[in-house]
Amino acid sequence: MADALFWLCAVGLVVSSIAVVRTRDLVRAVLWLALALLSTAGLFAYLDAPFLAGVQVLTYVGGVATLMIFGLMVTRRHTKAAAEANNDQNVIGVVAALAVFGVLAYAILNTKLPESSVPPPDTSELGRSLVHEYLLAFEAVSLLLLAAIVGAVVIARRRDAEAREAPGTSSLPSFRAEAD
Amino acid sequence: MTLQHCLLLAAAVFAIGVYGLITRRQAIGMLISLELLVNSANLALVAFAKHAGAPTQPLVLFVLAITVAEVAVGLALVMLFYRRYDDTLLDQANEARG
Repeated sequence: MADALFWLCAVGLVVSSIAVVRTRDLVRAVLWLALALLSTAGLFAYLDAPFLAGVQVLTYVGGVATLMIFGLMVTRRHTKAAAEANNDQNVIGVVAALAVFGVLAYAILNTKLPESSVPPPDTSELGRSLVHEYLLAFEAVSLLLLAAIVGAVVIARRRDAEAREAPGTSSLPSFRAEAD
Repeated sequence: MTLQHCLLLAAAVFAIGVYGLITRRQAIGMLISLELLVNSANLALVAFAKHAGAPTQPLVLFVLAITVAEVAVGLALVMLFYRRYDDTLLDQANEARG
């Protein structure tokens, strides 16, 4: 039964990943990506990481996929017919992907993989390790997220000529004065 | 399933992501392919935690947080690019001033 779950999620992951890189419509690609991430969450659950499976669904499927669709809608061209989604490097892409997979598979199959009966940490141990061994990294990540939020706002805000032509459209007037 | 199965699956998804990174023309398409790469790395880390007893599960959480930050900044850059070139095809990105 558990093995059936593994194979179901594995096939779902591979099929939806291929769909992600091959679909012409990028909105559909994002939806396939959501399916791929959901399959991965299933694999996490199979691999005794229920908390990570939940976080995967919440942040990736709920957050990242939504953000991607939003970004796609905003930057979409409605006037012209949709441009070709893939370039003409199909052959190079296939060769590179096969090379990467070949090297990785060769390494995996020829390495003596460690086997251990130590069970993976449960959620309470995971939480405890975050605020003990990994406290510094944990705080650094929170700082990184803050910096990323501020950076994203600063990069994406309207400025210069654009802002002067359309006064009052920016929701961040104090920033605009600075930019001029 | 053994560790080998999981690692081979992660390698396959990584290879598909590399293909997407090479063939996609739009910036967002490349960002999506990047997600596949990170996702496969996470899968390998969780597999190691399960089968080899490695303490890699906290690492997965950090990878998730960093990826979310990357997507936020990446999408902001895509917006900026769109406003300047009125498109998101990266073929046009041949100069480096905003």
